[in-house]
Amino acid sequence: MAKENNSMQRHMGMRAANAISNTLIYILLIVISVIWLIPFVFILLQSLRVESTWQVGYVVPRQWGFDNYVRLLSTNFPKWYLNTLIMALVTAVLQTVIVLCMSYTLSRFRFKMRKPLMQFMLILGMFPGMLTMIILYRVLKDLGMTQANAVPGLILVYVASSGMGYYVSKGFFDTIPKSLDEAARVDGATRAQVLYKIILPLAKPIVIYTILTAFMGPWGDFVFARYISMGTAAGMNVAVGLNNWLNLDQIGNNYTMFCAGGVVVAIPVTILFMCLQRYYVEGVTGGAVKG
Amino acid sequence: MKHYSDLEYLKLSKWQRFGYRVASFFAGIPKAIWNFIKRIGLLLKTIALVVANEAKDIWSTFVQGDWKTKVSYLVMGFGCLARGQILRGLLFLLFELVFIGYMVVTGVYWLRMLPSLGIQGPMKEYNAIYDTYVTTYHDNSFKILLYGVLTLFFIIAFLYTWRANVKQNKLAEQILRAGKKLKSGKDDLRSLVDDQFHKTLLALPMTGIIVFTVLPIVFMILVAFTNYDGAHDGYNNNLFTWVGWKNFNTMLNWSSGNKTYSATFGEVLTWTLIWAFFATFSNYFLGMLVAMMINKKGIRLKKLWRTVLVMTIAIPQFISLLYVSKMFAKNGLINLFLLDHGLIQQGHELPFWENPTWARITVILINIWIGIPYLMLIATGILMNIPADLYESAKIDGASGWQQYTKITLPYMLFITGPYLLTSFTSNMNNFNVIFLLTGGGPTNAALSTAAGNVGHTDLLITWLFKITTGEEAQYYLASVVGIMVFVVIAVISLVVYNFLPSIKNEEDFQ
Repeated sequence: MAKENNSMQRHMGMRAANAISNTLIYILLIVISVIWLIPFVFILLQSLRVESTWQVGYVVPRQWGFDNYVRLLSTNFPKWYLNTLIMALVTAVLQTVIVLCMSYTLSRFRFKMRKPLMQFMLILGMFPGMLTMIILYRVLKDLGMTQANAVPGLILVYVASSGMGYYVSKGFFDTIPKSLDEAARVDGATRAQVLYKIILPLAKPIVIYTILTAFMGPWGDFVFARYISMGTAAGMNVAVGLNNWLNLDQIGNNYTMFCAGGVVVAIPVTILFMCLQRYYVEGVTGGAVKG
Repeated sequence: MKHYSDLEYLKLSKWQRFGYRVASFFAGIPKAIWNFIKRIGLLLKTIALVVANEAKDIWSTFVQGDWKTKVSYLVMGFGCLARGQILRGLLFLLFELVFIGYMVVTGVYWLRMLPSLGIQGPMKEYNAIYDTYVTTYHDNSFKILLYGVLTLFFIIAFLYTWRANVKQNKLAEQILRAGKKLKSGKDDLRSLVDDQFHKTLLALPMTGIIVFTVLPIVFMILVAFTNYDGAHDGYNNNLFTWVGWKNFNTMLNWSSGNKTYSATFGEVLTWTLIWAFFATFSNYFLGMLVAMMINKKGIRLKKLWRTVLVMTIAIPQFISLLYVSKMFAKNGLINLFLLDHGLIQQGHELPFWENPTWARITVILINIWIGIPYLMLIATGILMNIPADLYESAKIDGASGWQQYTKITLPYMLFITGPYLLTSFTSNMNNFNVIFLLTGGGPTNAALSTAAGNVGHTDLLITWLFKITTGEEAQYYLASVVGIMVFVVIAVISLVVYNFLPSIKNEEDFQ
C-alpha cells in the first residue's frame, strides 16, 4: 500500500479493505449472538418437551405441550418462587436504603474516621464472605430463623452487610457537584434536607441501579440460601430448589421441569432488567472506571 | 543493581525498560519490607503516644475539674445532668447501667470461660424421676466464644463512651467558663439531622456490618486456633478448646511431617491462581475485542448486538450455569447428540467433566461466555471516552489498525481499568458460583487424600472451604485456616499490584 502513488487508488483500496473487515465483523457478531443465545433458546425448547423428562440428544421437541409447567404447580416450586420473590422485594428496599446512606455519607461528609473506615472496609472485603456462614447459621438457628423459616434469616444476611458494597454509588455521588449542597446550606437547609430535596432527585439513576441489583441478588444466591435452609424444602429459594432437581437421583424425572422452572424464573427478572437496562449499564460502566 | 536516571531510562529499549522495572521491583523488596517494619514501629509509637496523652488528659481533667466532673468519673453523665444537659446525661447514665447490668448478669461468666472455652461438656447423669441416665448439657463452647468476643467488644465500647463522658465534662466546663451557653437536648437532636448527620446515616449500615461481618470474621479467625469441628461442636457432643498454631501447622506443614493438607493446599492454591489469571485476562481482552467490533464505525445495529449480550446478564446465573453444566455432562445434550449421529461411540463420550484438563479448559471457556457481556459494557463506556482526534492524528501519521490499538486503545484501557483488573482478579479467586455450579469442584483428584475433603481438579480455595464446612465431618477449624489463607493471598497480591501500579501508570500515561 505504501508504494501506491495514486491517492484515489489508495482510497479505493482502503474502502475495499474496510468492506471486507466489516463483513468479517458482521459474521463474527452473528456467531457471537448465536452462541450467547443458544442456551436460552434450548432451555425454552426443552421446557416444552412432553415425550420424555430426561436429557436427550435433540433440542426441538417431538411432542409440544405445557405439561412441565403444569407439573411445576404440584411441586414445592411455587413455595420457592414465593420465598425468593419476598426476599427480593424486601432486600431491594432495605439494601437500597443502607447502600445509599453509606455511599452518600462517604462521598459527601468529611469526618475524622472517614478514611480509616474506608480502608477498614477494604481490608474486611478481602476475607471470603463465606467464612461468616458457619457462625451466622448457628446464630440464626438459635433465633429460629433457619430451615423452614429461612426467609427472614436470609433477608437479614443479605441486608446487614450490604453497606460494604457502596463503591458504585459513591462514585456516582462524587460526580454531583458539591456547590449544590453548599448553595442549599447557605439558604438554611439542614444536611438532611439537602439529601431529600436536592441529592435524591438527582440520584435517580443510581437509586434505580441499586434497587435493580439488590432485587436480582436473591434470585441468584446459592451459597447462603443453601446453608441457611439446610435441606428443608419449605425454606429454599429457587436456586437451591431447582439445583436439587439436577441431582443424580432426580435428573431423570425432573430435567425438563428444571428447564420450565428456569424459564419461569428468568422471564420476570429479564423483563424488569431489560426495561431498566440503561441504568444498569450506567452503573456498571461508572463503577469500573472509578474503581 | 545499577540505578538509571530518568534520561538514561528513556534511552533504553522497550524490553530493557521492562527488565529494569522487574529488576528494580525485586531489588526494592528488602527496602519495602524494612519500610513496612518501620511503619509498624511508627504506628506502635503513635499508639503509645496517644494512650499516654489520653491518660494525661483524663488525669488533668480530674484534678482541675469541679466536683460535678469528679463525680462523673464514677457516675457517667452526672456532670451533664447537673449542668442541665438532661438528654445527654440520661443516655450516658443509661449506657452505664446497661453495661454494669450485663456484666453482672452474664458478662463475667463469658469472660471467665473464654480462656478455657468451657469446663464441663455434656455428660450422663442419673435422673431419679425417670430412674435412668439422661444426658445433661452444661457449658457451650460456641456461645462462650461468641459472647466472649461480644463482651470484649462491649467493654471497648464502654471504655470509649466513658472517655467521651470525661471529654464532655471538660468541654462543658470550658464553655461555661467562657460564659457561653451549653447545647440543649433539642440542639443535640437537631444536630443529628444537620452537622452530625453522617452519624445518623452511618448508624444502621455500620451496625449491620459490625454484627454480621466484623463479629463473625473475628470469631472465625479465633476458630482457626481451636479444634471446632463436627465431632467437637461445643455443646451437643464435645466441647472444643484452644489449640494454638496447630491448625496452621497442619495446613502448611512446617513441622508436622503430615502432607495430607499441605499437598492439597498447594494444588488448590496453584489452580486458584491459574484460574483467576485466565478468567480475568481472557474476559478482559475478548470483552474489549467484542466492544471494539461493535463500536467500529460503519457497523450497524449496534444496539441490537449489545442488547443480545446484555440480556444474558439478566438471566440469573444459576439457571444458565446449571443448564450448561448438564449440557456438557457425560449423558448430556452434546454427547447424546454426537452419539445419535454416530460421531462418537458409546463409551467414548467426550469427557468434559471427567478429564481434569478438559474440565479445567471447559470451565475457563464457559466463564468467558459468562464474563464477556460485563466486560463489553465496561469497555464500551471507556472506548467511547477516548478522544477521537487521537485516532485521527494517528491515521494521518500512517499508523495501522494494530498500531492504533497497541499505542492508544490498550494503554488507555489499562490506565483506566487498572484497579478494576485487580478487583476482578480477586473476585475471580473467590468465584464460587461458576465453579460450584459447573463442576462442583470435580473431577476428584485421586492423588490427594480424601481426608482433606475430597478435593477435585477444579476446586478453588473458596469451594474447598465450602466443602469442608458442609461434609459429614465438617472441619470448621480448617475452613477458618483456608479463609485466612485466602485473605493473606489477596492482601499480598493487592499490596504488590498497588506498589507496581504507579510505575505502569507513569510509563503509559498519555503525553
